[in-house]
Amino acid sequence: MRCATVKGASAVTLLEIQGLSVTIPSALGPVQAVRSIDLCIARGEIHGLIGESGCGKTMTGMALLGLTPAYAQVAARVIEFDGVDISNSAADLRGRRIALISQDPAAALNPVLTIGRQMDDVLRTHSSNSKAHRAATAVALLAATGLADAPQLMKRYPHQLSGGMQQRVVIAQALATGADFLIADEPTTALDVTVGAQVLALLRKLVVDRGLTVLMITHDMDVVAAVCDRATVLYAGLSVETGPASAILTHPRHPYAAALLAALPDAAPRGQRLAAIGGQIPPSTETISGCAFSPRCPAVMALCHTMSPPARGAGNHRWLCHLAQCAP
Amino acid sequence: MDLVRYTLRRVFLSAFVVVGVTFLVFVVAQVVPSDPAALYAGPRPTAEQIAKARVTLDLDAPLPQRFVSFATAMGTGDFGVSYKSRRLISQDLRVYLPATLELAIFSTFLALLLGIPAGVIAAARRGSWLDRIGSLGSILSVAMPTFFFAMLLQLVFSQWLGILPLAGRLSQQISISDPLPFLTGFNLIDAVTAARPAVFLDALAHLILPALTLAAYPAGIAMRLTRAAMIEILARRHIVAARALGLSAPRILFGHALPNAVGPALTVIGLSFAYALTGAVLVEIIFAWPGLGRYVSEAILSKDFPVIAAATLVVTLCYVMMNLVIDLTQTLVDPRVALT
Repeated sequence: MRCATVKGASAVTLLEIQGLSVTIPSALGPVQAVRSIDLCIARGEIHGLIGESGCGKTMTGMALLGLTPAYAQVAARVIEFDGVDISNSAADLRGRRIALISQDPAAALNPVLTIGRQMDDVLRTHSSNSKAHRAATAVALLAATGLADAPQLMKRYPHQLSGGMQQRVVIAQALATGADFLIADEPTTALDVTVGAQVLALLRKLVVDRGLTVLMITHDMDVVAAVCDRATVLYAGLSVETGPASAILTHPRHPYAAALLAALPDAAPRGQRLAAIGGQIPPSTETISGCAFSPRCPAVMALCHTMSPPARGAGNHRWLCHLAQCAP
Repeated sequence: MDLVRYTLRRVFLSAFVVVGVTFLVFVVAQVVPSDPAALYAGPRPTAEQIAKARVTLDLDAPLPQRFVSFATAMGTGDFGVSYKSRRLISQDLRVYLPATLELAIFSTFLALLLGIPAGVIAAARRGSWLDRIGSLGSILSVAMPTFFFAMLLQLVFSQWLGILPLAGRLSQQISISDPLPFLTGFNLIDAVTAARPAVFLDALAHLILPALTLAAYPAGIAMRLTRAAMIEILARRHIVAARALGLSAPRILFGHALPNAVGPALTVIGLSFAYALTGAVLVEIIFAWPGLGRYVSEAILSKDFPVIAAATLVVTLCYVMMNLVIDLTQTLVDPRVALT
């Protein structure tokens, strides 16, 4: 199956997921970290995965890397990477085709090893090149992420670098794996706004130069606006809307996506209160009847509480909602 | 730069400790209620003999002057003469100190090599039978009395299996009929310089059981500390990141997690080295090991003060140096240590 993309029908699907769920047994009953997520990512795009904390964004990324906790149960109707079913082999692709750009680079780098050593550990895991060759590759990759004086940097420790430099090192590490699909987990959250913007520009450039595909996990609509081609909105472990980033940002169809946008500080007229979304995400131990967003939805109808919402839209832009017309 | 400053500060502090201990040893000697002159003069001395000893030992000179001459003597390695045996203490130490150091250093390495990997594996396989066996072993090795463990080892390896010698530093055929030339006093080193591999193996075989006995306690503690630290480190984000980059499990465990986790274990093993220098009297007695512990405990029983003073200083020096080595190792493993 091909998923519709912004770039037209010619784009090839790299990742296709249908009905992904991650369930974690606990004393309070099974925790549904991810209930049912559909994702379709075309080669060469930056795909935003949007949602608030606890909606299953990071767990989805971990499931793709085969790094969910040992006791978590991962299931999916379809989970194909580059046309191959990877439901049982996600761990084999980890670090070969799929790599992670961790959030908070200060925590993602080992504090007691030099940058050079950490780069080299990745390179020698994935190649049998000589030490000198690997060192040259590491310097080239660091330089490619816009780090000046890369040879000097190889001898430094993470605590001697600024946050932006650390994030570039983390990106260089991900590139060092040779992976063509990067999962970027909130790559700018720990950074200053200006530094974050530089990192996003770098990612955009790397995607173009190296033919990469990126899954951008974020809660920040500005990030989506800045770099994403397409996006999927998650709510309570469900994918509720997917489509071109521009369409979601300007004409969101699902009431939750609309409420998220309305909650942005820019959306409120000057001097007025910011629009917050009342209520809470349903607890992940709870079984959902009807629409997951119905308790908080401004346009809720009687049937929303009892019936699962139907899939609407076509091709490029799809969403789950009982409303036939677009959101308020 | 940080490293240089850190090293200099450590060296200065170490020197300060050595000077301080010299002062303390001198003060204690003045306070202890026993008359050195009477001890020096021999059994049942006459008043005349005691008065003569006072002159020989220069006990009537003013205190500051005596401290200066005491400190200079210690500093130049002139530890004086044992009250009891009338032998030169420096000559005794030439024999006993290498024997003890050889044992202490070897057992320290054993403790490192047993305790730390066991802790890493227990943490990596938390909850498995390997972890349980390791935890049980560490509790046993810490809780079991030294003398009991020593005799157990002798029973199993020497009596039943007959693969390791019961006691001593060398087999009698070697030590009596064909002794090693005395060079450093470390049998392993002397055997190498004399190019005698058979003697080397014999000395090594004699070293194993007493070293294992001494290593049990620090290895057990190091195992528990390493296990606890590793469990905490393995949950950190950079370990998840390393896994996400496809690094192999052994490389993550030993190359990435262990350097973050090894600090407390190194400290404990460094402390236990000091214990092995003089606290290992029981081990030395059971294994007929001619070491410093026995030498000093005999000196204490006979109030042989110059021996006690000399041994205290030598042990302080060894301990301070070992601590320096451990501290510098820590900064090599974790460069952030030098910043504090």
